[in-house]
Amino acid sequence: MYAYDQYDHQIISDRVAQFRGQTERYLAGDLKEEEFLPLRLQNGLYVQRLAPMLRVNVPYGMLNSTQLRRLAHIARAYDKGYCHISTRQNIQFNWPELANVPDILTELAEVEMHATQSSGNCIRNTTSDQFAGIAPDELIDPRPYCEIIRQWSTLHPEFAFLPRKFKVAVTGANDDRAAVQLHDIGLQVIQNDAGEIGFKVLVGGGLGRTPVLGSLVKEFLPQQHLLSYMEAILRVYNLLGRRDNKYKARIKILVRAMGAEAFAEKVNTEWAFIKDGPSTLTLEEIERAKRFFTEPAYETLDAAAAETALSAQAEENKAFKIWLTRNVRDHRKAGYAAVTLSLKPTGVAPGDVTDSQLDTIAGLADRFSFAEVRTTHEQNIVMGDVRKTDLYELWQAAKVAGFATPNIGTLTDMICCPGGDFCSLANAKSIPIAESIQRRFDDMDYLYDLGDIDLNISGCMNACGHHHVGHIGILGVDKKGAEFYQVQLGGSAGSDASLGKVLGPAFGQDEMSDVISKRRVY
Amino acid sequence: MPKLIKDKAIVENTWQWLAASEDDTARVVPEGQVIVPLKLWLDQRDTLGKRQNIGVYLQNDENPEALKDDAQNLPLIAIEFPSFMDGRGFSLGRLLRERYNFTGELRAAGGFMRDQLTYLSRCGFNAFDCNETFDLDSALSSLNDLPEYYQSAADQELPLFRRRL
Repeated sequence: MYAYDQYDHQIISDRVAQFRGQTERYLAGDLKEEEFLPLRLQNGLYVQRLAPMLRVNVPYGMLNSTQLRRLAHIARAYDKGYCHISTRQNIQFNWPELANVPDILTELAEVEMHATQSSGNCIRNTTSDQFAGIAPDELIDPRPYCEIIRQWSTLHPEFAFLPRKFKVAVTGANDDRAAVQLHDIGLQVIQNDAGEIGFKVLVGGGLGRTPVLGSLVKEFLPQQHLLSYMEAILRVYNLLGRRDNKYKARIKILVRAMGAEAFAEKVNTEWAFIKDGPSTLTLEEIERAKRFFTEPAYETLDAAAAETALSAQAEENKAFKIWLTRNVRDHRKAGYAAVTLSLKPTGVAPGDVTDSQLDTIAGLADRFSFAEVRTTHEQNIVMGDVRKTDLYELWQAAKVAGFATPNIGTLTDMICCPGGDFCSLANAKSIPIAESIQRRFDDMDYLYDLGDIDLNISGCMNACGHHHVGHIGILGVDKKGAEFYQVQLGGSAGSDASLGKVLGPAFGQDEMSDVISKRRVY
Repeated sequence: MPKLIKDKAIVENTWQWLAASEDDTARVVPEGQVIVPLKLWLDQRDTLGKRQNIGVYLQNDENPEALKDDAQNLPLIAIEFPSFMDGRGFSLGRLLRERYNFTGELRAAGGFMRDQLTYLSRCGFNAFDCNETFDLDSALSSLNDLPEYYQSAADQELPLFRRRL
């Protein structure tokens, strides 16, 4: 994965020093509440219902074991011993003290992490495919481009006060696991007939109050023009996006109002001025970024022998066999597999992970997966490079630690926002709904018969739980002060992305598990 | 005389700001250094263009392309920030510097805040008139909050990837 050099270190530590000064001025009463607001947001700090929430970027989901251990330490020392994986692959701490946040950011900077622009009306953390670099269906590894975008967007002086937040996702695979159609900019790395690398560019997708799939604005953007073209999109948006109504301020509203063609035309006009300018990527820079994402030191394994041994183990142990089916995926390298650690056992808020679990994951990563893991937008953790011969041992260790729930892709592997228990925007709680549904679907055999089902829960129309794109979507609504839930069916976040349709009336909290279990049509 | 930050120093604001009004076409622009609204400038360009002490200000929904032919001769262009949350002025600054080759004083005026100085200067602004809503002495240090950066902008054409050692 990417490793900071002296420039990256300087940029991030200067940023922390700047925020330390801002926090001191705020606490001393020298900086007004409304002025501190955008500054703290752009350093990841929200003020929530009960306490501040700090959102830490996990660039395109990659974490190493040193970073995991540092996150565990932060959860222990500054929080209540746990943190939360968000639906954009980031890590959230729910209970830090405002005065401690600069120290937390300093600790993060030491392990090459930051919270810059994890919130606010600016370019957010770039997300990607959790199986980047290892998926058999991948054409080109998107991570070098994600890192190039991370650097370009970090502390971008022109685009820190946009009309609204701005999210970018990149995929390099046929099967879209990064939901690129649902981002402000969605990029698919492709190769054209001449063998050149470039991007298919979508603009104006998103969830929230106005869910919409992105529009194609460029069929093939040669890779060297990535940054100048993104700059053109952002500039058009910064100048023309609505600022009079925050619910109409996302780029999707502008693209819709202008029409995708007219918008693309405007971007092309702007781009013509800056195309081939200094932001044009050099081949050296692309190669430099790629050097951080080469294959780890894979061994040459006897894949057939590993497969035979695995089958024997699976025949002996039914639970292991089920886990292999649900939580283990094919790998492009013979003899290796990708394992998803489930953060969705019944009774735990989806995506929550404790400090000791983080330490455990770090240990497992060191032992089994070249000291790296990936966070997923489904709020789980992937160990990307596990030898098939190690799977049984890893399964046993994961079981002890509570990560081996064999429910990946099933109805109980749900995406769920923190909801009304934590978030001050929420209209309704979401975690208790998730738990009641998990308890209702406690029969694993029945779950497997149902097969792959995405169930997504948001506590309000801001849609952090991606309810529009769940096969089943649940949306918390407020009805005269009481919490109710709308149900939607038919959404999808993948390559066949579609938005769910609302089904009839809203239901009360106690009815929800019944409602979901009655939907026999799945 | 009120003060502002210019070229990393605190100086007196010697320019008079002429607010926009209905009858800009026939309006008499006073003597001395005056910053006039874009519309007035365009209406009286033939006469005002002969003076060396006229600056122009843009509101942030006005297109700097209107100054395409004048940018290289004007001594001062100001951009009004209605509030610190409205970031259009950052793009306007870059356009004036990088596309229209404006080399005179580029002044941010109005509701920006101290913590934006470092980004404003990257976008080409070299003068900051905040009506003294924040303390200028302590604000000076904020200009240099983030001395290293990744992107190409008005102050440094080369992105870090073209400078990295």
